[in-house]
Amino acid sequence: MNRNQKLSPSDKAFYIVDFVFLLVSGVVVLLPLLNVLAMSLSSPNAVLAGRVYLWPKNFTLDTYLMVLRTPTIKTGYLNTFFYMIVGTCINLFMTVCCAYPLSRRDLVGKNTITMLFTFTMAFSGGMIPTYIVIKNLNLLDSRWVMLLPPAMTVWNMILARTFFQNTIPFELYESAELDGASDIRVLLSIVLPLSTPILAVLTLFYAVSTHWNAYFNAMMYLKSQSLFNIQLVLRNTMNNISIMMNQMNDLTQQERSLALAEASKYCIIMLSMLPVMLIYPFVQKYFIKGIMIGSVKG
Amino acid sequence: MTPARQHNWHQARKGIKRHWQLYLLLILPVAWLIVFKYAPMFGLQIAFKDYMMREGFFGSPWVGLKHFKSFMSSYYFPRLIGNTVGVSLYNLIAGFFPPILLAIALNECRMRFFKKSIQMITYAPYFLSTVVVVSILIQVLSLNGVVNTIITALGGSPISFISDPTLFKSLYVWSDIWQKTGYNSIMYIAALAAVNPEMLEAAEIDGANIWQRIWYVDIPSILPTAIIMFIVNTASALNVGFEKVYLMQNPLNMSASDVISTYTYRMGLVDMNYSLATAVNLFQSVISFVFMLTVNRIARKLSDISLW
Repeated sequence: MNRNQKLSPSDKAFYIVDFVFLLVSGVVVLLPLLNVLAMSLSSPNAVLAGRVYLWPKNFTLDTYLMVLRTPTIKTGYLNTFFYMIVGTCINLFMTVCCAYPLSRRDLVGKNTITMLFTFTMAFSGGMIPTYIVIKNLNLLDSRWVMLLPPAMTVWNMILARTFFQNTIPFELYESAELDGASDIRVLLSIVLPLSTPILAVLTLFYAVSTHWNAYFNAMMYLKSQSLFNIQLVLRNTMNNISIMMNQMNDLTQQERSLALAEASKYCIIMLSMLPVMLIYPFVQKYFIKGIMIGSVKG
Repeated sequence: MTPARQHNWHQARKGIKRHWQLYLLLILPVAWLIVFKYAPMFGLQIAFKDYMMREGFFGSPWVGLKHFKSFMSSYYFPRLIGNTVGVSLYNLIAGFFPPILLAIALNECRMRFFKKSIQMITYAPYFLSTVVVVSILIQVLSLNGVVNTIITALGGSPISFISDPTLFKSLYVWSDIWQKTGYNSIMYIAALAAVNPEMLEAAEIDGANIWQRIWYVDIPSILPTAIIMFIVNTASALNVGFEKVYLMQNPLNMSASDVISTYTYRMGLVDMNYSLATAVNLFQSVISFVFMLTVNRIARKLSDISLW
């Protein structure tokens, strides 16, 4: 459309409605997050008195410092980083090992093996049989339970396979074979260097959704505090602080610690989403790229 | 064996030998698949057995449909079905239109920077964990949270949102919409980007205004995507996510928040009644499968678009 052309009244109305709608959507998404941020930076008394809206009142970092000194939070953080780093390495290794052979159309039995994998996306044993299997493997309450059961996800594997299929021409394999390169050699020196975009996508998907945000596995299979990840710690604190408070009998002390407990909940929420939100603006284009690859039927 | 089949077999063996390294790479993933995906699937048989730890999946005695019968005749059955279907239908219907609206609004927006910012903001909550989203929900709506502060400032009396059973479904659904609308709109934005520009030009030459263009060109062209999304969503709808309901559950809202998956958890891991819990879970999977087949069928009848 010619930009200089005058907009008709109905078009003008549309652009106004459109702008307002988008603005409201953005604001609705942001408001709760801003409120939590403001609460976490305000003095506990202001939090309890309900004086904080979107801007911190009596700005303080003390609550954060107190929360960060709590041993459970510290171990939770360290554990999450451990699970995330080791787990993502395992994920990438397993996913590539699986996706590369399945992307080669000269693999005998390719369709059958792929079917075996995709079948599990539709049907699963469910909560209890999975629990029993993990129990029988003696994985309950060990670090391995946060690494092995989520060692890969079929969805991400299909994503990688589709990417390999679409970006690496089959002739390349044929000529590499003529030159005497083995299949693993081809993977390491040709396929992987050409696949950095999908490796970035996989790293992010695994690191954020499988590990940083992991709650279900931790809740189901971990018993010892020393193994808990940050999401489980967050959940337990949300539940327990209020119980702790009822046991204090000195009234002023009770009110002070009630305020502190309330404020520290906001801090823990912030701490358990902060790393993701900090990297998000820089990596969002990879996330979207990943979704797009996934939507192409492969 | 016929000579032709023998030939095929011979070819296959040659292929396997030549590409043995590819099979080597597959060993670990296939082992993982068998241990963590197929072994539990074999465990599903305990739904028809009385599971005993010493006997394992295979040794425990068969009891037929005992657990299914006791589930269906249990006091909780109507409540569980009602809550599960209620939450999923509400979520399915309320969650269907917002991503489409957002996608169209973003697609028509001419201010590039504003558009990019809104996109980035609305996608963001998708990457928060369920625990964080539920914690934010609980805090913002708590008695000394910001929403009740505003209500009291306006002269109302504070509402205890989280423990009110009548509000549970709405809180569940609208917080889901808050978290996922941006992300779910990506598919529709991709579909809109694929609209043939000649069609839009033709519409303009014919004197269509923006409203008409959206109604007659944009909406028809994202309809297939919308129907596919709807079918896929119905498939997962009855499997109401365990995590979020479980996290939002408390003794006070139990009458509205007890769904099949949380019941499975309680029966299995709290009461240690593994067989009954597995039966309940299997019941849910079968129902949601039937549900999806039906929607797929209806979609194919009405619009020729279906998953298969």
